Amino acid sequence: MSFDVQKIRNDFPILSRKVNGYPLVYLDNAATSQKPQQVIDSIVDYYSNYNANIHRGVHTLSQEATDAYEAARKKIQTHFNAKEAHEIIFTAGTTHGINLVANGFSEILKKGDEIIVSAMEHHSNIVPWQMLCEKTGAILKVIPMNEEGVLIFSEYEKLLSEKTKLVFVNHISNALGTINPIEKIIEKAHRVGAAVLIDGAQSCSHIKPDLQKLKVDFYVTSAHKMCGPTGMGILYMKEAWGNKLPPYQGGGEMIAEVSFEKTTYAGLPHKFEAGTPNICGGIAFGAAIDYLNAIGFEAIEKHENELLKYATEKLLEIEGLKIYGTGPDKTSVVSFNIEGIHPYDIGTIVDKLGIAVRTGHHCAQPIMDFYKIPGTVRASFAFYNTLEEVDALAKAVKKAKLMLS
Amino acid sequence: MTIEAIQEELIDEFSMFDDWMQRYEYMIELGKSLPLIDENLKTDDKLIKGCQSKVWLNSEMKDGKIIFTADSDAIITKGIIAILVRVFSDQKPQAILDANTDFIDEIGLKEHLSPTRANGLVSMIKQMKMYALAYQTQIKN
Repeated sequence: MSFDVQKIRNDFPILSRKVNGYPLVYLDNAATSQKPQQVIDSIVDYYSNYNANIHRGVHTLSQEATDAYEAARKKIQTHFNAKEAHEIIFTAGTTHGINLVANGFSEILKKGDEIIVSAMEHHSNIVPWQMLCEKTGAILKVIPMNEEGVLIFSEYEKLLSEKTKLVFVNHISNALGTINPIEKIIEKAHRVGAAVLIDGAQSCSHIKPDLQKLKVDFYVTSAHKMCGPTGMGILYMKEAWGNKLPPYQGGGEMIAEVSFEKTTYAGLPHKFEAGTPNICGGIAFGAAIDYLNAIGFEAIEKHENELLKYATEKLLEIEGLKIYGTGPDKTSVVSFNIEGIHPYDIGTIVDKLGIAVRTGHHCAQPIMDFYKIPGTVRASFAFYNTLEEVDALAKAVKKAKLMLS
Repeated sequence: MTIEAIQEELIDEFSMFDDWMQRYEYMIELGKSLPLIDENLKTDDKLIKGCQSKVWLNSEMKDGKIIFTADSDAIITKGIIAILVRVFSDQKPQAILDANTDFIDEIGLKEHLSPTRANGLVSMIKQMKMYALAYQTQIKN
């Protein structure tokens, strides 16, 4: 199938709306993606035609809903190439998945054990581990990064030892767009017997990770960054870990038998899915994955790389503009500042021109502290963005610069 | 000048502009002319929470009136503060407490009024009113 961006844009109703009198140019895809009609339809279809609680009803609707929900899990398994469908745990999103793993490790870690995280983590990736360390007496170590926004691998290797129990790194940095060498990170961690959790919140809309090939222990992501709904995500965990970790929350769905003397837990994945799940969210996530695969990740990557290259060139033409995150491996995110101008001011002016970008510290204050800046303006591109939209951005930023300096 | 009169004056000034760009340019100018807060008053306890940019607000009592000085590291935010300082500074605490803020809508800056807006215009007004309340309580005691 050839890649036709105009045809793709027609699938997204929101992209035809106007903002402040200008056509919307949506460049905040790293925060959340827009939704194609196919995903919206799957939500409407579910609530219109077969809404029912799953896994326990004998009636037809319940069976249909259960089948659709489990078919989505299967689809996700295939997409990420997990070995088993039950290694895919449905969650409320990336943060939920991280907390689930952190909670599990609170029973495993001992005083003096070490957890390694990277210097370019999102706040939601730092706080759960700090809490875990407070609780268990484990120690948090940080892999530093260089001026380009790339992790210093040799420093990572120095941090690894037999004390390392868990390594936690994002696949792609949300603030800088850097793609981390997770394959090498996982391999090195496994050599000292440490488990690895990868945060794929920023990666899965751009690339298709092969979980078996990566040999990763845990992988988390969110549906809403991949054209799916909010409040939905997955935690992949290797079956052995699934059996080892204790349940996270108690409730319906996660039990096998209950009496007041003893409760036995259900097997994977239900052990970690207490309560009525986000049924519609799971089904819509499946629809989103179908949609992305129909376009194809090769085509997506190619188009986004073009956008990145063009945006980098166009923005660097503006005098005094500096881009943060300039490593060789990066995704379609351009984080920048203009000398002497606050990112918030630029964001405000370009919004008035219909352009949605993110400003601020992007929930990654340690990165901002590293560069000694209050924040950046971040334009993040998706496969449905166009080169003309990059032009609109560059023009708006120039206008903002003119007004603000 | 009363708060109401200053507000009327601002509405008048802003009514001269045809579009948002002119309004913003004027606001940026106002921001540049803001009498700056003393460097040594830019401390963390003077920071207003809820702003994406840094906003320092200082207040002091002089002859029964509150004098506000402020600064920000973002110029649009500075423009907003300049407007607020012009309206609320050099006024009696009770007058500040009684004042409404409908003029912000009328000068075309309504979008900054949303409580979830990251520039914290609402937080700034709240902080100014808090100072007024504190001084008012002092006066009564």
